[in-house]
Amino acid sequence: MQTQELVVIGGGLVGAAIAYGAARAGAPVTLLDQGDVAHRASRGNFGLVWVQSKGDKVPRYARWSRDALTFWPALAKELLELTGVDVALHQPGGFWIGFSEAEMEARQVMLERINSSVGGIPYEMLDHAALKARLPAIGPAVAGGSYCPLDGHANPLMLLHALHAGLKARGARVVSSVDVTQITHQKNGAGFEIKSKDGKSWRAPRVVLAAGLGNNELAPQVGLHAPVLPNRGQVLITERLKPFLPYPTNKARQTNEGSVQLGYSVEDVGLDDGTTVSAVEWIAKRAVTTFPVLSSVRLVRAWGALRVLTPDGLPIYQESASCPGAFVATSHSGVSLAAAHAQVIGPWVAGLGAAPDAFEVFAGERFLDPNRSFSNAH
Amino acid sequence: MHTKTSSPCPALFTSKGDSPSVQVTLQFDDRPITAPAGVSIAAALLLNGVGPFRATPVTSAPRAAYCMMGVCFDCLVEVDGTPSRQACLIPVQEGMIVRRQQGASALEISSGGENHGR
Repeated sequence: MQTQELVVIGGGLVGAAIAYGAARAGAPVTLLDQGDVAHRASRGNFGLVWVQSKGDKVPRYARWSRDALTFWPALAKELLELTGVDVALHQPGGFWIGFSEAEMEARQVMLERINSSVGGIPYEMLDHAALKARLPAIGPAVAGGSYCPLDGHANPLMLLHALHAGLKARGARVVSSVDVTQITHQKNGAGFEIKSKDGKSWRAPRVVLAAGLGNNELAPQVGLHAPVLPNRGQVLITERLKPFLPYPTNKARQTNEGSVQLGYSVEDVGLDDGTTVSAVEWIAKRAVTTFPVLSSVRLVRAWGALRVLTPDGLPIYQESASCPGAFVATSHSGVSLAAAHAQVIGPWVAGLGAAPDAFEVFAGERFLDPNRSFSNAH
Repeated sequence: MHTKTSSPCPALFTSKGDSPSVQVTLQFDDRPITAPAGVSIAAALLLNGVGPFRATPVTSAPRAAYCMMGVCFDCLVEVDGTPSRQACLIPVQEGMIVRRQQGASALEISSGGENHGR
């Protein structure tokens, strides 16, 4: 029997960032990572560090996303100094690209609504000519775009690597190949017993469920509700090119090493994380319409990955009322929100930081309200 | 750039002598080289003592043909203006213009801009 103060279940971007933040705040942490059988949404992330358009009509989420972006530079710097891993954070602002005046008008209304309700999420609308001055590669079919100076991008794989390396550097234990199947809230304040499929167990007074799609089955065991569903996104990767795209966009970004990532499909196909000719064709066509110069570029990879989505697309963050000390955390924005997960959620779940204000909006019980219906942007 | 691109080194490969007697001439980095008709660009370069074919995009490490069968992508060169072609898969042709590829290929953005530039 092993005893630790905080056990985090899930070693993807959400779990690793929370565990890192808890360890950084001084908590003894054990991270249980499922290993190679996991769906690993973190390995398929597009890599945007993004707030623009997030949290429309949910100001707390817009504010949370904004705060996360302001925490990001310090996290990237700290991880580099601590682990030597450069997560390639670049925040020059980012562009959304529109193809019609109607899209542009709807965009402006939404961005204005978000910024006026939260503040500190500035934006600019640019017509074709103004956008071409900043992104010379756009094609004639592009109507214009919106710009938010807070946005950026990073390398998701290096971020995951850096967080794991940072956990080790801060003395946390990372245990791989742990398929957690059972969590028991023990009587008389004895905390939680966490059991894996192969019979290992851990005990801790605090436990965080950050198991992605696995949260569905784990949450009810500690009085929580996390109805997450898989949603597939496919992306394409080009050969390395000399820099031609100085800003990340919602449709393509050029990495620091020259590859261009082209996004992305949105598909409800269960747990199938494969690629399809039709999606690859659609993504490639849209990319060439956006940036005609890409027409002669070679693609070197395509992949599919499963987003972890709630019915409304917003995160779930919550401490269990019936099993205090058990928390759930799930979000499909594992990169954008990484620094907030480390800075705020980590200390909170470890009992070393205050609960974030007005987080009731992120409670999982919202999905049990029969009078509400949900849709997400995906 | 650490890649040596100047004078050719002594050829590590020679023709067995049973190849067709017809020779073609192509331009490699602005100098003419000859090779037996029908061989690949990669073979032509190796027969002419070319060392590195390219420099990698991220670290500028020198690379030359390795697998000679289309798998390793280490033989990438620019052929008639198109970058990132696999030299081992393309037969030589009279008058072909082949260049070493230094780093990532560049895109030329013009008002119509559909093509690779150099």
